[in-house]
Amino acid sequence: MDYIADGFKQAFNLLISMDSEVYSVIGLSLVVSTLSALIAGLFGTVLGIYTGLKAFRGKRLYARILYTMMGLPPVVVGLLVAILLSRRGPMGSLELIFTPTAMVIAQVILVTPIVTGIVFNVTVKRGREVYELGKTLGGGHVAILGLFLKELKAELMAAFVTGFGRAVSEVGAVMIVGGNIQGHTRVMTTYIAMNNSMGNYAKSIAMAIVLLSLSFLANAFVYHAAGEEI
Amino acid sequence: MKMKFCSISKKSINTMLLTMLLLSLVLFGAGCSQPAPAEAPAETPAETPAETPAESTLPSLEGQTLILSTTTSTQDSGLLDFILPDFETKTGAEVKVVAVGSGAAIQMGVDGEADVLLVHAKADEEKFVADGHGLQRFSVMYNDFVVVGPSADPAALKGASFANAGEALKQIMDKGASFVSRGDDSGTHKKENSLWKLADMTPSGDQYVSAGKGMGDVLQMADELQAYTLTDRATYLSMKDNLELEIVTEGLDGLLNPYGVIAVNPDKNAQINAEAAQAFIDWIVSDEAQKLIGEYGVEKFGAPLFFPDAE
Repeated sequence: MDYIADGFKQAFNLLISMDSEVYSVIGLSLVVSTLSALIAGLFGTVLGIYTGLKAFRGKRLYARILYTMMGLPPVVVGLLVAILLSRRGPMGSLELIFTPTAMVIAQVILVTPIVTGIVFNVTVKRGREVYELGKTLGGGHVAILGLFLKELKAELMAAFVTGFGRAVSEVGAVMIVGGNIQGHTRVMTTYIAMNNSMGNYAKSIAMAIVLLSLSFLANAFVYHAAGEEI
Repeated sequence: MKMKFCSISKKSINTMLLTMLLLSLVLFGAGCSQPAPAEAPAETPAETPAETPAESTLPSLEGQTLILSTTTSTQDSGLLDFILPDFETKTGAEVKVVAVGSGAAIQMGVDGEADVLLVHAKADEEKFVADGHGLQRFSVMYNDFVVVGPSADPAALKGASFANAGEALKQIMDKGASFVSRGDDSGTHKKENSLWKLADMTPSGDQYVSAGKGMGDVLQMADELQAYTLTDRATYLSMKDNLELEIVTEGLDGLLNPYGVIAVNPDKNAQINAEAAQAFIDWIVSDEAQKLIGEYGVEKFGAPLFFPDAE
C-alpha cells in the first residue's frame, strides 16, 4: 500500500518542481481541448437552437440519433479520423496525422454532438417561449439569437463546459490520431496512460491530480460567471 | 391492440431466434478454429517418446493461474499464442499474460503483481535478481534488432558499412531523416539508448520522435511519417505485410536481444504462485519448449523469429 502514498508524495514534488515537460503537456491539453470545445460550441449552439426550434419530419428520430451520438466512443472517432488522415487515406496528402490539428478535428467530432444535444434539449423545452418573446419585441433573426444567448446563458455555458470536460478527459481519440509524441502531441490523458504502462505511477498520479483540478476550476469558473446560485 | 401486441412478441421471438442462431454460429466458429493452434503442440508428445521424463517433472497445476509479465514483443509476434498451449495442456494451469514494456514488466515483479517474468533487458534483469526481487535468471532465447526505414532510404543506410549499430543511427540524424523512438522505457528503448551511447550522441529536435508507445504502434507511426526506427525482427516480420518499411541495417554489433525468465521472489506476498512459476521455468528451458520456440515463424515467415539458447 506504501506505493500509493509514495505516489502522491512524488506527485506533489513533481508539480512543485516545475518540470518543463509536465507543463508543456498541460499547456497542449488546454489549447487543444479549449479550441475543440470552442469550435464544437459554435457549431453545436447554432445547430442545436435551429433544429430545436424548427418543426420538421423525423424530429423524434433526429433527437434519438443525436442523443446516441452524444455517447460516441472516442476510440471509434479516433479510428475514423485516423483512417481519413493517414498517408494512405483519402486526406493523407494533407499530412495531418500525428499533429495537434488532427487531435482538434477528432475532438470537434466528439464534442459537437454533445453541445448540440444539450442545446437542442434546452431549446425544445424553453426555446418557443424565448422565440415568441423575441418576436413580440420585434427583433430580427440576429436579435433573437442574441436573446437566446442571454436567456439560456447558464445552459449554454454548461454545454460548453461539458464539451470541454469530455475533450480534455478522453484518451482514445487523441492517442490514435495524435500518437502521444513527446513535445508534440502528448497531452495529459495520453501522458497518464503512458506512464501507467511504464510503471511510473507517481507521474500518472501527479497528472491525474492536475486533470481533476482543472476540470473543477473550469466548472467553478463558468458556473460562477453564469451567475448560478448553487 | 391485442393483435399488435401479439405481432410484436412474435417479432421479438424471431429476433431472439436469430440472435441465438448467430451466437451459436459464432460459438461454433470459435470451437472450430480453437483446436487448430493447439494441435501442433498437442501432437508433439505423441510422436516423441523421449519427452516422457521431461513431462513427468512438471507438476499438475489443475485450476491454478500463473501471471506472466512479459514484453509486448513476445505477445505481438504471436510466439506466446504458439507455445503457451503446450504448457497449459501439460500442467492444466491457466497462464494470464500481461504484455507491457520491459520496464513496466520488471516493475510488476518489483511490486509483486506477477509470478514470473519473461523479458529482454539483461542488465535490469540481473539487477532485479541482485536486489532480491527475483530468484534467478535463466536464458531462454534471443532474437535480434533491425533498423527499418522507408524504401526510399533518405539516410542511405542500405549497403553502407558501419562499425556498430550506433553509427547507423547517427547517420540517420546526420542526414536529416526522422527517427521514431519507443520512448517508453521498454527493453527496445533501452537498447536504442545504448546504441546512441555507442555513437556518443544524444538525439534531439523535431527529427527525433519520442512516441511512448508499443512496438506495433511505433512501426505504424514510422510508416506514416516515412521515418526510421529500431525494432525487434519478430514484431517487424509479423507486421511487414501492412508496412512499407524495409530492413535497412541488420546483423551489426549491438543488435542482439537476449530474453530471460525469472521467478518473482515469493516472499513479496502470499498471492505469488511460486510453484507454478517454477514449473513454467522448468518447462520453458526444457528441450521440448525450446524446440517449439525455434519452430515458431518458420512456416509463416520462412525463418524463425526467436532462437532458443537455454543451457
